[in-house]
Amino acid sequence: MSPVKTLSTAKRVLKQLRHDPRTLALLFIVPSVLITLLKYVFDGQPKVFDGMAPMLLGIFPMTMMFLITSIATLRERRSGTLDRLMTMPVSKLDFILGYALAFSLVAFLQATITCLVLIGLLGVTVLGGTVATIVGAVSSALLGTALGLFSSAFATSEFQAVQFMPAIIFPQLLVCGLFVARDQMAQPLQWFANIMPLTYSVDAMKQVTMYADWTSTHTQDLLIVLGFTVLALLLGAITIRRQVRA
Amino acid sequence: MSVSVKIKKLSVTLGGRVQALKNVSLELPVGKSIGFIGPSGAGKTTLVRSIVGRLKTADGAIHVFGQPAGSPALRSIVTYMTQELSVYADLTVKENLAYFATMAGQRRADAKANIADILRAVELTEKANTLVSNLSGGQKQRASLAVALIGSPQLMVLDEPTVGLDPVLRDKLWQLFNNLVKQGTTLIVSSHSMDEAERCDDLVLIRSGRVIAHGAPAQLLKSTGTKNVEQAFLKLVGGDE
Repeated sequence: MSPVKTLSTAKRVLKQLRHDPRTLALLFIVPSVLITLLKYVFDGQPKVFDGMAPMLLGIFPMTMMFLITSIATLRERRSGTLDRLMTMPVSKLDFILGYALAFSLVAFLQATITCLVLIGLLGVTVLGGTVATIVGAVSSALLGTALGLFSSAFATSEFQAVQFMPAIIFPQLLVCGLFVARDQMAQPLQWFANIMPLTYSVDAMKQVTMYADWTSTHTQDLLIVLGFTVLALLLGAITIRRQVRA
Repeated sequence: MSVSVKIKKLSVTLGGRVQALKNVSLELPVGKSIGFIGPSGAGKTTLVRSIVGRLKTADGAIHVFGQPAGSPALRSIVTYMTQELSVYADLTVKENLAYFATMAGQRRADAKANIADILRAVELTEKANTLVSNLSGGQKQRASLAVALIGSPQLMVLDEPTVGLDPVLRDKLWQLFNNLVKQGTTLIVSSHSMDEAERCDDLVLIRSGRVIAHGAPAQLLKSTGTKNVEQAFLKLVGGDE
């Protein structure tokens, strides 16, 4: 592994994004617009919005980064550039970490903007504070990035990559506790929720919403999300083949 | 003869169904331009991908400079230009070259001079800061070729490098290829164009996954009693069927 090559890959991915201002605008603006929209959907029930909005910060960055990363990585996997890179003195981890680093920076900016809109503009009170909210949103976005990198290995077209969103993200969304408390769901769904990373992203944001102090459950939730992120990155690196089967 | 690539009884079946290469054995010389010539679907790209180690082959053996194809030691001395464009369309030509130069392990100072030379060689200096997506087809092809010229490769494997280029530019690129060969680089060029064959020092004629002839152009013409490679190819194919 070479830090120079990892950083160079991250820089390259960011330059590619910089040349696509529309994508950047969508990335940074859409989550804030959705959160704002939701505030007015719950115009007559502000308490419902105040309770739900921070949890959505555990979901929006993840889903958007999942989508953008899976398509960007799929493009690379399907183009001749990966063929060329894999015949060069480049480690697979340089490649995957470069992508992860670049999208992590994007995720950080996206999550920070959304948090600032939520807390600063929409006036939602989060007991845990702005920093804890940003940490939670960024960890969720990183998870989306890692899952996107990994899942791109199983898509052979951009159509398929987009379909992974309802297949991989939506079931997690349904059981994560946003709509119905997990202990009120059927037992098999509770087991399923317990092994899904989004559950812990949303739980972490719940902790931020409910407690002014940093709780041990909050730390545990973030560590589990981090664990899933690292695992997905490693699996993503494994799915990149130096040699492809004939 | 020093051997750059040694292939022994290589057979490749793509997707478990299509036999792309059938029992190919070859010894390719060092410091020569070698043409893999044959029609589309003949197996040229499969052979090229096997040599650069991108394709996992089960039957047969390939050694490049004495090392199994795809060995880590070869990654710094073998460069590869894929048939499809292998540059980032949403980066400029210069950004592409700078990125691949870093990936090839070049230092920034060395890369800068090398990139300027390469841009001149492929006549893209004026387009250095243009996004690849905004280039014409031929310019994109040259940008892709430019990446393969980075560093000082001992073996360059170019899959259809001149397809879609006008004859004048093609001629200039062949002058560049010949200069590289004079400096000791071994060059493998795949092409379906018979007129390119005559520019090579050594020819491998391929059809339906089989090598139907291997030798210097003059030697092939002599053995087939023909006046050009196309006629030689047709005669060999006629004899093959």
